[in-house]
Amino acid sequence: MLPSVEQPRLRLSLTARLAGALALIFALGGVAVALAALAYGRSAAQQSYDNLLIGAANQIANEITVRGGQVEVDVPVSAFELLSLAPDDRILYAVYDPTGRLLTGYDVLAPRADDATFHTDVLGDEQIRIAQVRRPFAERSFSGAVEVLVGQTTRAREQLAAQITRNALIAAGIAGLVMSGLAVFAVRSALQPLRRIEGDIAGRAPNDLTPLSVAVPREVGGVVATLNRFMARLDRQVGVMRNLIADAAHQLRTPIAALRAQAELAADETDPERLRAAIGRIHRRSVTLSRLADQLLNHALIIHRADSAPLERVDLRTVAIRTLEQTDHDVLGSGTRPELDLPEDPVWAEGDPLSLVEASKNLVVNALRYGQAPVVLSVAQSGPTARIAIRDAGRGIPAARLPAPGERFAGDRGVSADSSGLGLAIVQAVAAAHKGRLSLSHPASGGFEAAIELTAIDHSTEGT
Amino acid sequence: MIRHILAPLAMLALAVQAHAQSPEAVRSFGAQDAAHRLTVRGTTDIVLFGPVLRAFTAAYPQYVVDYEQWGSNDLYATADQACRIGQPSADMLISSAVDLQVRLVNDGCARPHRSDATGRLPAEANWRNEVFGITREPAVLVYNKVLVPASEAPRSRFDLIDLLRPVGSRYAGRVATYDIEQSGLGYLFAFVDSQQATTFGSLIEAFGRSGAIATCCSAEIIDGVVSGRYLIAYNVLGSYALARAEASPELAVVAPEDYTLVLSRAALIPKHAAHANDAGLLLDFLLSDEGQREMTDVRLIVSLDDPDTAELTLPSGSAVLRQIPLSPVLLVGLDQQKRARFLQLWRGTFTTE
Repeated sequence: MLPSVEQPRLRLSLTARLAGALALIFALGGVAVALAALAYGRSAAQQSYDNLLIGAANQIANEITVRGGQVEVDVPVSAFELLSLAPDDRILYAVYDPTGRLLTGYDVLAPRADDATFHTDVLGDEQIRIAQVRRPFAERSFSGAVEVLVGQTTRAREQLAAQITRNALIAAGIAGLVMSGLAVFAVRSALQPLRRIEGDIAGRAPNDLTPLSVAVPREVGGVVATLNRFMARLDRQVGVMRNLIADAAHQLRTPIAALRAQAELAADETDPERLRAAIGRIHRRSVTLSRLADQLLNHALIIHRADSAPLERVDLRTVAIRTLEQTDHDVLGSGTRPELDLPEDPVWAEGDPLSLVEASKNLVVNALRYGQAPVVLSVAQSGPTARIAIRDAGRGIPAARLPAPGERFAGDRGVSADSSGLGLAIVQAVAAAHKGRLSLSHPASGGFEAAIELTAIDHSTEGT
Repeated sequence: MIRHILAPLAMLALAVQAHAQSPEAVRSFGAQDAAHRLTVRGTTDIVLFGPVLRAFTAAYPQYVVDYEQWGSNDLYATADQACRIGQPSADMLISSAVDLQVRLVNDGCARPHRSDATGRLPAEANWRNEVFGITREPAVLVYNKVLVPASEAPRSRFDLIDLLRPVGSRYAGRVATYDIEQSGLGYLFAFVDSQQATTFGSLIEAFGRSGAIATCCSAEIIDGVVSGRYLIAYNVLGSYALARAEASPELAVVAPEDYTLVLSRAALIPKHAAHANDAGLLLDFLLSDEGQREMTDVRLIVSLDDPDTAELTLPSGSAVLRQIPLSPVLLVGLDQQKRARFLQLWRGTFTTE
């Protein structure tokens, strides 16, 4: 039974967040627009009707004449027709001579001393806006300034202000609706790539771990790249597991079959001497088989580790020393002891010590088993490369058995339990996991050398 | 802070102080024991307006209407005074001196009334929903058909000027018009005339040269024409003239062809009216089909547009009709200096009787 897939913890949806943010923006914008519309409506209405007032006041001022020392005002009808453009507003006017005497009009309008052209007052229960215009005279018989005041109630300007404000708000409202629509569209189209990714993954076969190839915008590109890297690693591990199972099946089948055949032979054997010999062979077979099983499990472990263990700074000299400590010389039965050749300074590289030690152990065991003494385990750094190498005096792996670069060891070539194939496969996997390589060579000084080459951590950057 | 309008017309104030402020006539319509009593002050003759009020009390028997007939200047002066001291006077004021009515509204002495009927009124017959034009009366020329030969019958102001032009014209001293110092309506017609056309200058000049008579009141002027004392009268209110012409066949009524002023008597409800809502009901009645029909019967509404029912022959179309709009523009004519100058011009021209 499959474990139930846990639903991811769901936070507020992106759409909801965007909608919330946009609603907030629109609300604030709406308030700002409303205030602006109100202010604009008021000032526009104020300005247009103030122009009427001042126009009317000027028309009256133009009709003031001085005759025989007397100021005469002939209030023009056109001034009142102008004011009637505010059809429902009451009109007040007054003309004062320089001594402050009312010449004509309403004495409720008192002239103001200050130079302000406009002022606002209250008449009964209505507001009134008043314009004041001064007309100076310098005649022989008369000199001084005549004040003309024209006032009007504010009904029309309030209506106009309300109308302008209303229209502005309607326009802003429509704009808001259109922008909301566009915002919904934008949010949907922005989230479209995520839906495409979802659709792509949902539509895949269960074992399809190829990279996603949907076209996505840059912002989502990182997610897709990470997803693709993750799937590639998964793919590699699945591949490794598949190979491992294939190797194990392949390599265990033959020795187990042989073991069974020998056991069957032994079971039929009646001669005690030959029975003992048969049992001795079965024992040796079992030992070899158990070593092979060990190696297979090690391989699986190391390959898994190599792909998943975090890399740390490691001194390859430590790796070499630990390798020798853990090598089981007696089991090999050759009696040869490897020599160590280490530099004085540490050789730093990034790696997983356990994997590296295991890989080195494999190389040492191979050298001890198939090579010739002396076996030398050396650590060195040359430029950017840190290497841990095992050299022996033998002929090494026959050229025909050396795999092409990148090819997996121990494929279908039927490596035997004692062969070096599986050991080298482990080394190669570890080197690959460290972004390094396994190098097999016949140095000019003779013999055979197998080395793991890694990228050295530069001495100069070695801070800790 | 402006507390109140305290600037009555200087000339008007003098004129008003000279008179005792009292109605010319008073009559009640409707049952005396009716629940609601309305006081209406108007410049319209009781004889003309009575039937309209009778129709109202017939339609609304719970009302009794006291109608007081006033001169237009007195009517204004009492209303203005009542407004200033904040006392209720009448419940409704109906005046042919629409400029004074507009002035009352402009001074904040009226209260608004809104109804379907007022909503239907054209803009020139409704200002601020406070003053309403309820009638439709042309300013006409009348002449004595017996004494004025058909060949000389005036059809326009130009004809009138031409009749007065010859030295020793038999029309000299026998043409009458309103004395605008005494009649608010006369002043209004004269003032609007002066705004309408340059003809007015020539006309005044002709009046002055020929010794035309300025006298008071529609009734006297029309009487004078009927009796033959005057041959022609200018700017007489069409409603009175047409009513009189029914009884006096020698009276001819002419709407001037150059242009005809049309007056709508203005009704308003004073700010401090004691029965403002009832007054609103009366106003709606006056504007209703029934009220308008009643006023058509007494010729307060003279049909001018429809050629079939037109009681006055007009040359063509209604372009020559000049409705006097209820608008603050009328305030110009009431300006102290303007009025003084206008009256001075008038006085220099006319021999008053």
